[in-house]
Amino acid sequence: MSMDFAKGITAFRWHGRGGQGVVTSNQMLGKAALAEGNYIQAFPEFGPERTGAPVRAFLRISKEPIQVYAQVYIPDVVVCIDPTLLEVLNPAEGLKTEGTLVLNTESDPKDIRDRFGFKGGKVVTVDASTIAMEVMGRPFYNMPTMAAAVSATGVVEIDTVIGEVLNRYPGKVGDLNKVAIERAVKEAQIG
Amino acid sequence: MTISKDKIKIEGLTGDSAIAHALRQANLDVLAAYPITPQTIIVEDYQRFAADGEINAAVIPVESEHSAMSACVGASAVGGRVATASASAGLALMWEILYVAASMRMPIVFTVANRALSGPINIHNDHSDGMGMRDSGFIQLYCQSCQEAYDTTLMAFRLAEHHDILLPVMVGIDGFILSHNVERVEMLPDDEVEKFVGVRAPVDPLDPNNPLTMGPLALTDYYFEFKEQQDRAINRVPKVYKEVEAEFEKITGRKYGQFETYKTEDADIIIIAMSTMGGTAKVVADVLREKGEKVGVIRLKMFRPFPAEGIAKAVGNAKAVAIFEKAMSFGAAAHPLAMEVRTALYESKERPMILDFVVGLGGRDVPPTTFVEGIEKTKEYLKAGKAPKYETLGVRK
Repeated sequence: MSMDFAKGITAFRWHGRGGQGVVTSNQMLGKAALAEGNYIQAFPEFGPERTGAPVRAFLRISKEPIQVYAQVYIPDVVVCIDPTLLEVLNPAEGLKTEGTLVLNTESDPKDIRDRFGFKGGKVVTVDASTIAMEVMGRPFYNMPTMAAAVSATGVVEIDTVIGEVLNRYPGKVGDLNKVAIERAVKEAQIG
Repeated sequence: MTISKDKIKIEGLTGDSAIAHALRQANLDVLAAYPITPQTIIVEDYQRFAADGEINAAVIPVESEHSAMSACVGASAVGGRVATASASAGLALMWEILYVAASMRMPIVFTVANRALSGPINIHNDHSDGMGMRDSGFIQLYCQSCQEAYDTTLMAFRLAEHHDILLPVMVGIDGFILSHNVERVEMLPDDEVEKFVGVRAPVDPLDPNNPLTMGPLALTDYYFEFKEQQDRAINRVPKVYKEVEAEFEKITGRKYGQFETYKTEDADIIIIAMSTMGGTAKVVADVLREKGEKVGVIRLKMFRPFPAEGIAKAVGNAKAVAIFEKAMSFGAAAHPLAMEVRTALYESKERPMILDFVVGLGGRDVPPTTFVEGIEKTKEYLKAGKAPKYETLGVRK
């Protein structure tokens, strides 16, 4: 008999590499959910952080206080911000059948479905690397990838996320991230 | 009266940051610390508050944890409100001075992001450090959430500095699992905290104008009397803790107790666990109850002094108690938490079967399924009428 230990919780799993802002974007999305009146847990897969090494982060969002303290094994949403990780891991692993897979990639949703055999839910693709380079001139693709996840899932309002980003990075960095986020929302493909 | 909602600041904070804010608001005189993962953010944040001029405490960045606790003892002896933070190997290096702090009756608040002890070197969570210091004379309070970490740190000053107590307090949070986890935290306004924590009123502080000797040599003549007094002091903790918590509840609406009971009244099997594992256990109990299994949870917050009578009463007529703990006492008759619980239940009329599951050492994840595995085993042992003395779960054997 299957047991659901995550009632009322929307759970995210993030993949990226150390230094790409996985932990930051996870926290930022968490804080946006908090600002909309939710309870949250936002935590990295802990370890000595090394630049370039694969890292994971987890987020739980719920209307009720969250009492389970463990890694997320069956996420509702998986977000992978580094295209090169798709060579070494299957991002759909453990993802709920009706879940959402969000990837920074040049591929489209159909290619991704074929490649990883994910038949359910939604696949969302966005070329966040190109967006980041064109808008910011630097490979900060965590925020545009998160933007695609937010617009596809509707877990929070995109404006709330932008508010958190501007709050954390006042000035030019925040403004450019806002442009990148808005462009990612427009360019994300869902299929 | 509970503080009105518009005065409460809601923020997403890690356990470490929540504690740093509590220390900021508690108006310390001195914080002396040496950095160690996963406690580091507490002191980093606190030093930022100091650099930004938000606090006027003296922050002493010492050269080791032995010095950190020594500086705390000195600052506390002159009557200051004092705190420090550490974990694991850092805590171990404080060892000698932990006993000095408790025996000299210094009301230091010591926040710990609980972490495994070496070797091999491991930076992740278990309770080896906290359990190792359990006989040092510190009061020990373990927290489930970032909110509780904030609340407990504030209450710890009132408890430590109370004239019936005058003992140091350890406030424990699970390293990384809580220390680096952003949760929703309600922060009280500064002035309300100031009112709640008040100003420390020291008893016989060191004073150059009225010299006195503190912590001198006491051999066969008086050492034992010091210990007798220390013992009496820690046994007064439950009463004072209850008063402090009642006052805290009045302004926040929150209270935790020495331990929390969850669906224990009609339970056949009661899980006993500490810190974040207590939270996961409650979720497991809910799910198992939907399947018709009468499972309850006791989440222990106060490990020292150990609320033995209260636990025995809360266990009541349960058939089995399943302890889940994150520490080993190698070669002991039972591991640390089980040792306490077994002793607490020894005089019960109908003693339940007691299972001791050692889990999560060195940060090994303890998901709900580990609890389910333990409960399944408990049911088998109940049926068979016998059980092993203890068992490890979630480890390659």
